Amino acid sequence: MSKEVRMTNSSTGGPVFVYVNDGKIVRMTPMDLDETDAPSWEIEARGHTFKPPRKTTVAVYTQGFKSMIYSDKRIKFPMKRVDFDPIGNRNIQNRGISGYERISWEEAIDLVVNEINRIKHQYGPSAILSTPSSHHMWGNVGYRHSTYFRFMNMMGFTYADHNPDSWEGWHWGGMHMWGFSWRLGNPEQYNLLEDGLKHAEMIVFWSADPETNGGIYSAHESTPRRQWLKELGVKMVFIDPYMNHTAAWIGDKWFSPKIGTDHALSFAIAYTWLKEGTYDKEYVATHAHGFHEWAEYVLGNTDGVPKTCEWAEKESGVPACDIRALAREWAKKNTYLAAGGLGGWGGACRASHGIEWTRGMIALATMQGMGKPGSNIWSTTQGAPVDNEFYFPGYAEGGISGDCENSAAGFKFAWRMFDGKTTFPSPSNLNTSAGQHIPRLKIPECIMEGKYKWSGKGFAGGDIAHQMHQYEYPAPGYSPIKMFWKYGGPHMGTMTATNRYAKMYTHDSLEFVVSQSIWFEGEVPFADVILPACTNFERWDISEFSNCSGYIPDNYNQVNHRVISMQMKCIEPVGESKSDYNIYAMFAEKLGIGPMFTEGKDELGWIEQYYNATDMPKYMTFAEFKERGYFVVPTNPNRNKAVALRWFAEDRQKDTPDWGPRLNNQVNRKGLQTTTGKVEFIATSIQNFEKQGYVDEYRPAMHTYVEAWESWHSPLAKKYPLGMLAPHPRYSFHTMGDGKDSFMNDIKDHRVLIDGHYYWIMRLNSKDAEARGIKEGDLIRAFNDRGSVILCAQVGERVQPGTVHSYESCAEYNPLGKPGKSADRGGCVNILSPDRYMSKYACGMAPNSTQLEVEKWDGGIYEIY
Amino acid sequence: MNQRYMSIDIAACHGCNICFMACKDEFVGNDWPGYTASQPRHGHRWLNIEYLERGQYSRNDVAYLPMPCQHCQDAHCMKAAPDAVTRRTDGIVVIDMKAAKGNKALVDSCPFGAIYWNEEENVAQKCTMCAHLLDDKDWKPGLPRCVHSCPTGSMKFYDMEPAEFAKLAKKEGFEGYRSAELKNAPRVVYKNLHRYTKNFIAAGVLVDGDCCENATVTLKSKKGVLATAKTNFFGDFKFDALENGEYTVDVVAAGIETSQTVVIDGASQNLGFIELASKTAKAEALAV
Repeated sequence: MSKEVRMTNSSTGGPVFVYVNDGKIVRMTPMDLDETDAPSWEIEARGHTFKPPRKTTVAVYTQGFKSMIYSDKRIKFPMKRVDFDPIGNRNIQNRGISGYERISWEEAIDLVVNEINRIKHQYGPSAILSTPSSHHMWGNVGYRHSTYFRFMNMMGFTYADHNPDSWEGWHWGGMHMWGFSWRLGNPEQYNLLEDGLKHAEMIVFWSADPETNGGIYSAHESTPRRQWLKELGVKMVFIDPYMNHTAAWIGDKWFSPKIGTDHALSFAIAYTWLKEGTYDKEYVATHAHGFHEWAEYVLGNTDGVPKTCEWAEKESGVPACDIRALAREWAKKNTYLAAGGLGGWGGACRASHGIEWTRGMIALATMQGMGKPGSNIWSTTQGAPVDNEFYFPGYAEGGISGDCENSAAGFKFAWRMFDGKTTFPSPSNLNTSAGQHIPRLKIPECIMEGKYKWSGKGFAGGDIAHQMHQYEYPAPGYSPIKMFWKYGGPHMGTMTATNRYAKMYTHDSLEFVVSQSIWFEGEVPFADVILPACTNFERWDISEFSNCSGYIPDNYNQVNHRVISMQMKCIEPVGESKSDYNIYAMFAEKLGIGPMFTEGKDELGWIEQYYNATDMPKYMTFAEFKERGYFVVPTNPNRNKAVALRWFAEDRQKDTPDWGPRLNNQVNRKGLQTTTGKVEFIATSIQNFEKQGYVDEYRPAMHTYVEAWESWHSPLAKKYPLGMLAPHPRYSFHTMGDGKDSFMNDIKDHRVLIDGHYYWIMRLNSKDAEARGIKEGDLIRAFNDRGSVILCAQVGERVQPGTVHSYESCAEYNPLGKPGKSADRGGCVNILSPDRYMSKYACGMAPNSTQLEVEKWDGGIYEIY
Repeated sequence: MNQRYMSIDIAACHGCNICFMACKDEFVGNDWPGYTASQPRHGHRWLNIEYLERGQYSRNDVAYLPMPCQHCQDAHCMKAAPDAVTRRTDGIVVIDMKAAKGNKALVDSCPFGAIYWNEEENVAQKCTMCAHLLDDKDWKPGLPRCVHSCPTGSMKFYDMEPAEFAKLAKKEGFEGYRSAELKNAPRVVYKNLHRYTKNFIAAGVLVDGDCCENATVTLKSKKGVLATAKTNFFGDFKFDALENGEYTVDVVAAGIETSQTVVIDGASQNLGFIELASKTAKAEALAV
């Protein structure tokens, strides 16, 4: 080991020590903290002292990152599609079919810049479409909200707005009930760990699997906390169509509702409490709006359908006695509802019923005095007692872009980063409210049909009513899209009805396609020119463990120790790949905007400027930090210890360090962001919208039991009887970790090697398998009218009959015949999910509203047109 | 002198596979001369994680059995190739890459399937318990990679005197997997192994259609009473760690008794709901 050097870097799945020898990465490990690092916090509760382990944790894909860096799937040099000629024949119809030839960076830049300039002169900058994927890398300076927007805004482009693809229901439903728009509809979670350790007697995990999703950004930091709760005798009940991994590990009881019926259970629980008088009547009288009218509906007095446990059993398949027992225990015991917040993303919120399920969760928490000691919505992943006064921005706070429209730069950071004399942000003028937009989920419609109308721009963080803003494509006066500059990971596995995306690439109107990617995967082979980017282990950057602030304010309170990392350039970029910053710097030079983009700085220059705009210089200079590699933020005995929503329960002014509500959204600084300041069982925001003529049967003003539009109820179920649950994956993260010839392919529960191909897995109940002659390990075709996917069957008892389970977000796309038209054996189960929005005016995705059939695969390619 | 041991708690493991990835991270693409050649990129499972589901929907559970080389005291591989496989003084069993060249039979000698064939290097390979790291004073964590990366605390590593470990093993209930049958005296031992090797009987007790809390359930065999339990608020009970055989389950709830015979023959049993009608309900039914 003597020649090995221990460097530091980080990832979405946690910070790491990187051991490098002679320009080669030897290993990556979690970080052990030592005596030079700040002491850990302690929590006293119920006669115990709880203290976290003195090291960080990693997500499984981070532990395998070396195999993604050194992989034959890396794009090692710029490439051009062999039959693409920008002056002659573009052969658009051959995208996804024809091969590539190596070109030099100089040739690639010339070719792309000529196209950019031609298109800008002919149509204007809005004709260039670009959008990143969700989380394919990590770093606050060199990544998407920062370097990407800095360059793209200067070049000019139409940004495809992202939908909140992890928490749709909270955004499109929950926000109308309790506000929290600055958290995109999710609740604040401050100091709930101590509150839970002191008071919890039961935790109901509803569509929540924190051991799988790791709080998305925080690896396994919260794992010991659930072990502590278990040791304290706290009961853990799980409601999820799939017996998820947290349930299998630590659950006392598992309920498996049919796909699309979770909200039947929440209504039956409310019914039981109303009938038995076991809810917090005083709290509801002062904290809820529209409750009485809603209660009459639940009891069946207005629609003739009492929402009894027996009624819910018919809807969901969960025994009425179990629902009633849960309702009674919940009313009796200090119960925390682990739904929403981070880790609560098992799939119910990304479904046709996601809006009503989410409102059902908030309704139940409200009926039990949400915010009082012993009652809250708490995911068990957030709310650790770390210092929340030390300022280090999250990766969605804009970095070197200062783009206040498309990141949260405007909250604090842009004003600390840019002095306006020597250094300047790169604001957007095209992607503003009056500019041009495209919803990421409808890029194919916009390209192929040339026009589209929708409601609400993806992340409506500014105000509740922003969801109601009406958009159309092309925006008045702007150009349709002529060029697509794809950045990051694939859409094929992550969006819905994704054969649409494959078809889009061969549409005549799309004159030019560039893909800036690290790996040759997904829809990269549809591009005309491919630009090889490198990973964040091959360039400099800076970041904090789990800090995605901007998406989720103060999200670092998921981790046990706030760790700020110098992301060191551990090795030289593989092949001729380059960092995004260096790629954009070269383009900027050729476009004549080089000095404005770089301001004469390299990556380290920007990182130093960034560093000095944070609170880090209070502890050490940049040079010291760069040498040391990481820093553990000390605990702060004087930090704000206010508990989430306690101020609301106690009718006080808000005292948590949260980012909202804005001062203008409250009266006398009290209450929630909603118009009434209360939890709205009848949403005034939706009522306003209805009055203006925008009536939406799947998002009524009152929280209502609306049957899912694609489920066992729908006529489609006769032809396609199985409902699919497609949650965020266990081992990979979006498309990170999967494919790429990574070690992950060898994980038995991730992919299965059959005849030289690693197949994605679908899990089905033993009875459904037997009825179809399917055995464990068989190759099966899952199909519906949207397409076919070839998968490996895993047969067992972890789903109930009638339900199948397969994770979304694989990175591979391997059509057996014509792209977009034939069966895929890469594993993109989202080919089968509906492209329909959650509701008419709630423009989120509903992949967990998918009916399909499965059969043993006969080797066919199953082309459909 | 001190010996090296590992324990794995089956109840604490949820199959995250971070140990498996850490193992690959350490050995794929890295030669450790004197210890082992680099591991091929795909195919080897030096830390093989076996998976088992027990019971039937929805009273079922799952278990993962992470299985590295068991570093047996009486190792089958050492008997198969005494010149090529040796036990270090700390108890770690190692394959000598030079002496074992071409000896493919080594792969089949291991009853756990823990030895893999490296086609390119023409040699058999397996878990070394990261001996190259344990021997390196600069390796600050002082642990094998799998143990170091485990987020649940399921995997633990020990460097202690055999007598001391024996005491700990007794206290913690550590057992070797298949060691009664194989008499291999492994250095890798398991806690809560019954989750993988034995079975359970579970059911929910209902009285008049509602879940019955605090019903008394007694499990008997021909030898007499084995265990008693109270049902939880879902009316559920579960008797675990059962051998194959015939059992009697007696339930007493709301003054009513019921009894049934259950046979375990290699599979756990979900009895579903045991439904009882209370005396008042019976009287009411008669009245109607």
